[in-house]
Amino acid sequence: MNTLLHAENITKQYANHKALSNVSLHVPEQSIFGLLGPNGAGKTTLIRIINQIIGPDQGEVFLNNEKLKPKHVKQIGYLPEERGLYKKMKVGEQAIYLAQLKGLKASDAKIMLKQWFEKFDLMPWWNKKVEELSKGMAQKVQFIITVLHKPRLLIFDEPFSGFDPINVNLLKEEILKLRDDGATIIFSTHNMGSVEELCDHIALINKSEKILEGTVGKIKKDHASRIYETELTNLQKPLDEILDQRFRVIKTKEHDGMLNARVKIIDNSSTNELIQLLLPEAGLVSFKEITPSMNDIFIKQVTGKFPAEQNANGNNFPSDIMNVQ
Amino acid sequence: MSKTATIIKREFLSRIRKKSFLVMTILGPVLMAAIIIIPVIVAQLSDSDYAVAIVDETNIFHDRFQDTDNTTFTPVNVNVDSAIDLMHDGRFDAVLHIPDVAFESPSTLRLFSDKSINFNVKLLIENTLKHEFESLKLKAAGIDAEILSAIETPINIQAFRIKDDGELITDYPEISMGLGFIAGFLIYIFIFLFGSQVLRGVLEEKTSRIVEIIVSSVKPFQLMMGKVIGVGMVGLTQFLIWVVLTFTIVSIFTLAAPDLFRFTADDQVYVSSTQILNAEEMRKQQEVVQQHDSFAGQLIEGLGAVNFPVMILSFIFFFIGGYLLYAGFFAAIGSAVDNEADTQQFMMPVTIPLLLSIIMVNMVVQNPTGPVAFWMSIIPLTSPVIMMVRIPFGVPYAEVALSAVLLILGFIATIWLSGRIYRTGILMYGKKVSYGELWKWIRHA
Repeated sequence: MNTLLHAENITKQYANHKALSNVSLHVPEQSIFGLLGPNGAGKTTLIRIINQIIGPDQGEVFLNNEKLKPKHVKQIGYLPEERGLYKKMKVGEQAIYLAQLKGLKASDAKIMLKQWFEKFDLMPWWNKKVEELSKGMAQKVQFIITVLHKPRLLIFDEPFSGFDPINVNLLKEEILKLRDDGATIIFSTHNMGSVEELCDHIALINKSEKILEGTVGKIKKDHASRIYETELTNLQKPLDEILDQRFRVIKTKEHDGMLNARVKIIDNSSTNELIQLLLPEAGLVSFKEITPSMNDIFIKQVTGKFPAEQNANGNNFPSDIMNVQ
Repeated sequence: MSKTATIIKREFLSRIRKKSFLVMTILGPVLMAAIIIIPVIVAQLSDSDYAVAIVDETNIFHDRFQDTDNTTFTPVNVNVDSAIDLMHDGRFDAVLHIPDVAFESPSTLRLFSDKSINFNVKLLIENTLKHEFESLKLKAAGIDAEILSAIETPINIQAFRIKDDGELITDYPEISMGLGFIAGFLIYIFIFLFGSQVLRGVLEEKTSRIVEIIVSSVKPFQLMMGKVIGVGMVGLTQFLIWVVLTFTIVSIFTLAAPDLFRFTADDQVYVSSTQILNAEEMRKQQEVVQQHDSFAGQLIEGLGAVNFPVMILSFIFFFIGGYLLYAGFFAAIGSAVDNEADTQQFMMPVTIPLLLSIIMVNMVVQNPTGPVAFWMSIIPLTSPVIMMVRIPFGVPYAEVALSAVLLILGFIATIWLSGRIYRTGILMYGKKVSYGELWKWIRHA
């Protein structure tokens, strides 16, 4: 796939701290790219550099293989984390103004805005002042302003913070539609759960450095927990006796005559070998892999360990697995 | 349309469409016209029909007081207490008591009134008595009345300024002073008024968090300059409307009530002094008197001598220059803080040179070519106000040019510095900023 945005060895030093050191990114065209990292990792700085709000100390950014220049602002739409509008200005007028700053003609902007406003049921508010809008409506207006000029690259910084669930869904739908129409989308967030289902690619930034980048599938595979959940009936003997030292039982739970168990494969034995041991001694109802969530991978990458570092057995494993009943 | 022009347009239109702009635009000239008209009216009103009873126990002075348009003097042949009773009855506004020892000890003179005593009347009485006492004393010393009259010489120097080409032009230092004061003060007010509008505008963008959306489309410097220029244009527009409206209101008043602007109190002096002049000289003198006796006439003649194109052009230049010089600072302050309360700590260095200028205005009008006036009108931080104070007195073109060039360099420097603070500041939240921090922004931005 063609790379739309390519950041190369970006370094940014502030007066008192280093915000980015040698960060490189490849954002494939028409992908949804998650830029993940804890607060203060440097995500917003990177996004501001891509938006040419600030310049990097070192490194360069290329958009579609061209070095980033002021003319490119027209091809980028940015919804910042901290966003607002002029409170005293009328909604429609303000939207036209901001579109003009992106380089649209006022007359064109007006036609396009009216379509978006109709779609989001905002038309009655066109001549109202922004301060009369509810928070949700103001956010819809901000979203429209971000996407109005049909940018090739859309950047959303913590897009869902402050949105109610209905608007989150509306937003997700619209974003997917924009992607299908050819746009490339970068999500920046510290809340992995909110973007996991949307992203194709991710990059993980921690303490000014990129520590992970790749497709979601590959990253999950690389961080496989090797823990499997199985439901068994008619056990002939205790599970511990069925399995040998290649496997460890992490957790068991009995209900309605069934045993729900989690087993970790310690060496590189295959799942087939595990099932072969189980089949003669029990009825196998279900068997599935427990995959770590992006959140777990994130925490493991940042802290070096999966979240629930210690459990009763002294083993490391994902927090989500602990929580499943 | 360029993006900066789009920003300027929004800043300009959003402000002139505000109700407060309309109110200020109308109220401003009304206030300014009132400043000119009200003192004239008040001066006329306060002098109206003031009756003074004179109880003269010396019997020398009672007929020496001459009535004016608004004040009448009536000698009464009763004692002081009865005269005061008459005053209580409303027949008089005041009672002047001249005891028989008054000539020997003037401190025994008394003026009684039910209300507070009219200051002008007191002054008139004092002057008359002083004059009469002095005449009496001179007479007692053997100098006769003829000589006395001859001694009294009205002095009214006509001041001329000799221009470089040798041409004489009549000089009106009072009018230059007045214009200097007004021009300097206007610049001061406009810089503060519109500078703080820039500050509030920047702060509004920062606190409403729209700024990051905007700077993803335009450079921070474009946004800052758009605001600075837009607000400056609002200032100029308001100023021009004010000038036109003030002139209109004042001219309507002068046309509608020309008598109001006529001063008559001085006539007396000229009349008494003309006795010894021959007829020809008297006629000339009277011409001068007539020319000078109307306040409006004097004003018009004096203003006629002012080079208004130069005044207005230099006002516009020093207004724009001074405004740009300070507006950058105001924008930088707005960007560096999170709320209006925090602006105070940074306002000091901006306020001090401006305050210093306004404090020194008085000294400058008294010596418009002195070293203080010279240096303060050259140094950019104070030159907008002080140069405008000096211009009505006439300033060599070389000095104006030097001051102008330095002012231009000055505002380029302050806007450049401010731009560096601004682009870091607008994205910085929740941090109390110190001067050291600002310096880091300037160096690192």
